[in-house]
Amino acid sequence: MSDDVLLRLAGVHTHIGRYHILHGVDLAVREGRLTMLLGRNGAGKTTTLRTVMGMWRASAGLIDFAGAPISGRATPDIARLGIAYVPESMGIFGQLTVRENLLLAAGPAGLHPGRLDGVFAIFPVLREKLHQAAGTLSGGQKQMVAISRAIVEERRLIIVDEPTKGLAPAVIGQLIAAFQALKRQRTTILMVEQNFHMAQALGDDVAVMDDGRVVHTGTMADLADDDALQTRLLGLSLASHQ
Amino acid sequence: MRRLRQDWPALALAPAVALLALPVMDLPTWIALTAAGAAMGMMLFLMAAGLTLIFGLMDVLNFAHGAFITLGAYVAASVMGALASWVGADDLARNLAALAVAVLAAAAAAGAAGLVFERGIIRRVYGAHLQQILITVGGMIVAEQLILAAWGAQPVQVGKPVTLRGSFVLAGAAVEKYRLVAVALGLLVFAAMQLTLNRTRIGLLVRAGVENREMVEALGYRIRRLFIGVFVAGTALAGIGGVMWAVYQELVTAAVGADMTILVFIVVIIGGLGSVGGCFAGAVLVGLTTNYIGFLAPKLALGSNIALMVLVLLWRPRGLLPLAR
Ligand SMILES: Nc1ncnc2c1ncn2[C@@H]1O[C@H](COP(=O)(O)OP(=O)(O)O)[C@@H](O)[C@H]1O
Ligand SMILES: [Mg+2]
Repeated sequence: MSDDVLLRLAGVHTHIGRYHILHGVDLAVREGRLTMLLGRNGAGKTTTLRTVMGMWRASAGLIDFAGAPISGRATPDIARLGIAYVPESMGIFGQLTVRENLLLAAGPAGLHPGRLDGVFAIFPVLREKLHQAAGTLSGGQKQMVAISRAIVEERRLIIVDEPTKGLAPAVIGQLIAAFQALKRQRTTILMVEQNFHMAQALGDDVAVMDDGRVVHTGTMADLADDDALQTRLLGLSLASHQ
Repeated sequence: MRRLRQDWPALALAPAVALLALPVMDLPTWIALTAAGAAMGMMLFLMAAGLTLIFGLMDVLNFAHGAFITLGAYVAASVMGALASWVGADDLARNLAALAVAVLAAAAAAGAAGLVFERGIIRRVYGAHLQQILITVGGMIVAEQLILAAWGAQPVQVGKPVTLRGSFVLAGAAVEKYRLVAVALGLLVFAAMQLTLNRTRIGLLVRAGVENREMVEALGYRIRRLFIGVFVAGTALAGIGGVMWAVYQELVTAAVGADMTILVFIVVIIGGLGSVGGCFAGAVLVGLTTNYIGFLAPKLALGSNIALMVLVLLWRPRGLLPLAR
């Protein structure tokens, strides 16, 4: 692929304890695009994201970010390169207020009013929840806080794991709109998503994982047009999530 | 607000116990026991606050925590001995100055020992509870022996400053003056901890780290440094608790930390592991019940705190003011 690749994994293996989970993952995330990581449950998507963040250590292979190797570095150091991570569990600090959650994400300079306004433009409901404990929010609002933490500061890459998991369809619509707004700002995003409607609406590029490997890469448009390919790659797992 | 609605029964428990004790004894006795209970509660809080924070933030069960209490107690004995002229002067300012020097010296010594302990031992057993228990129990034994080697096997006398000896009379009850100092210091430390936790960036990081360490790291913070800071602060507080206890008892033995450890763990469990507010409420509760039961049914004194813990846990299985996880 071309040299506009921001994040590249080559032959990445990850062990969790004595289990061998990733078996040589190859993946390229291109600058300014949204790469959708698909695959059935247990394929290794979350493990791949966590390995990029340094939460699991790659036992072999290379991970390059902006042309420099990052495998083996500690999670905080990786984050400081400008990578935001929104985990599957959202990782909200429930005892802290929404504002405090955002403040922690904003780094030492504190909350910049302009960027905070940018967050409210995407998630208006958070403006009135700012001083509420994040634990008291609904699931959808928590996910909005989790995504807001990723965008309240300038980042080079946003990694999002299954943002629609467990959320109502109305909220999913709002999240799609939010990510479309981010895409218009040419934010680079790596997203795992099981909801094919969301995946199709947002994905530029696509990578499909199975059994700890990437088994297909291409554009979302090509995959969306090719029913046979969809069935072969995603099979039942996709249909069951439509 | 929602928190207050959930928490008020837990916060009201210690005052309720105090009120319940009132009808079964005369007023002067009640005042004296309540003052004693409050003072003991504050000293327990000082000893336990670090333990609960260390567990909350790092998931580390430090059974050697009592060693830092013992170290603080012996440092108090040495400082008060060296400052005997201040301790013996009939002058409140010099007396308090001697106590302040002892507190600062013990905090420094216990904090430094805590730093060595964290870097040398605890660091290697993060995330492994069984190893933590074994190695910190072992650490406690070694620390006790080191302290015996440094200060000798005989109990050491600790001078109580002259103007803090004796009692004053309140509504016909004799209240020991020193207890007021202990209560004041406990409240001061509690307020300082609350301010730090709720009004500073470090405090924000600690609160976030108690909830979700991994996410704090994913936001770019090196939480290991925070761990070290909290460990040192927690052991320094234990040292301060040791000073206050030693001066109160006017005698130190190498077993003081181990003796207090049981009560300290009861306080931390009653309060809710990791919760500073719960630790405070639990410490006051344990202080009061120990004193009331000690007067009403001395034979039950030993078991009463364990019974108290069981009752609290039956009512609130995660302690008085648990952290949401
Ligand atoms: N902490 C863990 N310990 C052991 N096995 C794990 C752990 N996390 C994930 N796995 C295993 O790794 C495989 C991939 O998991 P994961 O990356 O979460 O899949 P996905 O996100 O694609 O659903 C699964 O078989 C899962 O059981
Ligand atoms: Mg997953």
